[in-house]
Amino acid sequence: MFEGILIEGLVYGILALGVFISFRVLDFPDLTVEGSFPAGAAAAAILATRWGAQGGSTPGLAISVILLVLGFLAGAAAGLATSAIHHRLKVPPLLAGIVTMTGFYSINLRILGGKPNLPLIKFNPLLQGARDWLGGAIGSELSLLFAALILAAVVVGLLDLFFHTEIGIGMGALGVNEAAVVQAGVNPISLRRGGIMLANGLAGLSGALAASYQGFADVNFGAGIVAAGLASVMIGELLLKTQFIGVQLLRVLLGSILFRGLMYAARSWGYLAGIGPNDLRLLTALLIIGAMAISGRPLRGKKAQMPRKTRGSA
Amino acid sequence: MIRLENLRVGFSQGGGAQGGSAQGAGEERIVLNDFNLSVPKGQTVSLIGSNGAGKSTVLNAIAGSVPILGGAIFLGERECGGDPEWMRALTVGRVRQNPLAGTAGEMTILDNLALASRKGPRRLRFAVTSRIARNLADKVADLGMGLENRLRENVSKLSGGQRQALTLLMAVLAEPSVLLLDEHTAALDPANADLVSELTKRFVRQYSLTALVVTHDMGRALSEADRIVMMHAGEVVADVEGEEKDRMAVADLVALFRKARGSEYAEDRDLLR
Repeated sequence: MFEGILIEGLVYGILALGVFISFRVLDFPDLTVEGSFPAGAAAAAILATRWGAQGGSTPGLAISVILLVLGFLAGAAAGLATSAIHHRLKVPPLLAGIVTMTGFYSINLRILGGKPNLPLIKFNPLLQGARDWLGGAIGSELSLLFAALILAAVVVGLLDLFFHTEIGIGMGALGVNEAAVVQAGVNPISLRRGGIMLANGLAGLSGALAASYQGFADVNFGAGIVAAGLASVMIGELLLKTQFIGVQLLRVLLGSILFRGLMYAARSWGYLAGIGPNDLRLLTALLIIGAMAISGRPLRGKKAQMPRKTRGSA
Repeated sequence: MIRLENLRVGFSQGGGAQGGSAQGAGEERIVLNDFNLSVPKGQTVSLIGSNGAGKSTVLNAIAGSVPILGGAIFLGERECGGDPEWMRALTVGRVRQNPLAGTAGEMTILDNLALASRKGPRRLRFAVTSRIARNLADKVADLGMGLENRLRENVSKLSGGQRQALTLLMAVLAEPSVLLLDEHTAALDPANADLVSELTKRFVRQYSLTALVVTHDMGRALSEADRIVMMHAGEVVADVEGEEKDRMAVADLVALFRKARGSEYAEDRDLLR
């Protein structure tokens, strides 16, 4: 049970990292993840299936990495679409995301070969690889947990490094005060495009992992996933306050694990309080509302920075 | 060097900036019509005039934050009237009146400085190495505000004066050739205003900047600028420099101003603040 919660928390935690980057770092409320998450799942699942059908070799590290990269790229493509709609047509972020996510429902169906759902029972290299990795010594579930831990650590580590680079700091500043970025002679549009692609790439990567873990890819994987990611981000923010980006990223993973734990508890013991599986979405919504009420922090991450009238102004 | 030729800038009545497109359905208010101004390299020019004279619009047009309807803008030899704002920022440093406007509040002083220390596209390499941090700490120490000990604090924790001094440093750090200052001391208390003013003079000299300063402070304009350009209703009504400027006192400027406006409305409060 605990392994399950932890693994799920880490797998969906990578999605929550994407949500954190768009909502918090870029201050770009992006719903694209509802399309990019299943896109990553579908792309990785179809490749795994084709690979298996061709009599592909035993699950190795190479094919695992290829599947994850493919998931990332599929998600990033959805991000690129949203960015283009937003920047070229001046469509507000929320609407641009909705448009992309709607379109990607059909695209994901196409990726899945016209079927709404693709089981990965015969050939699931990521899952098998992770189970077998240390499975002989510590059992397959623990081995899976270790693999998930290491992957999440690598993602957080890389993101932490990234947010200390010029590009990363530029993205951070973009979400706080775009004028400062423009003043540095940086095209804010290309910087934001990169950020949106990164966020959705992480969602796609998470989708690829989720498909492997669940044993199937489904075109409806994305439903409600933004709210789940947001809830994770906000629960994390309730846990601890910090200005260090690395800790903020870790906090997202913690929030995701806690969120999955709460959901598990609701599924297992919710009946005691009259809560059924149908009520989980409502619970997620209430969690978000509760987290916002407690922290006093609205959806927009940063306090409004710009033209508040100052003393003695004209 | 800055050269503005027959510059035309207008806004739609809704208040938003109007692009060059023929989309202007609403009524249009022309702020600058055939405006000409040339500022040689290294000169500091104070732009004065009443509210609504178009002073800030001149700066906004140069920086590219409002689109122009006609005319040309030269920064150096290059005509840049059609370039986006970020591209013009490669040669232009800018400080606005609001101390919050030029810095990213929820980032550290160091990160803000790292962002401003170089103009142009960002690269995938560490923004703050120990060498860069030392270098930036020295520059901050030069401000004389003790901020070098608070480099890892968020900018939002600074006072208005400290934040504006930091914004000024950020504006000149990458050594632009042009500095645009829009009432950048107006929101500060007198002590901080003096301090930021002193810093401005020092930076202008140190980096041999061509500076355009919008101000309502006549005294400061007279003492600090090489040249004074007075605007009214989108036009230059007086342009003095050299000995002529040196002989003037605030009262002379006010007289000039009255003459330019006619007797229609002579409230000094508008001018003297």
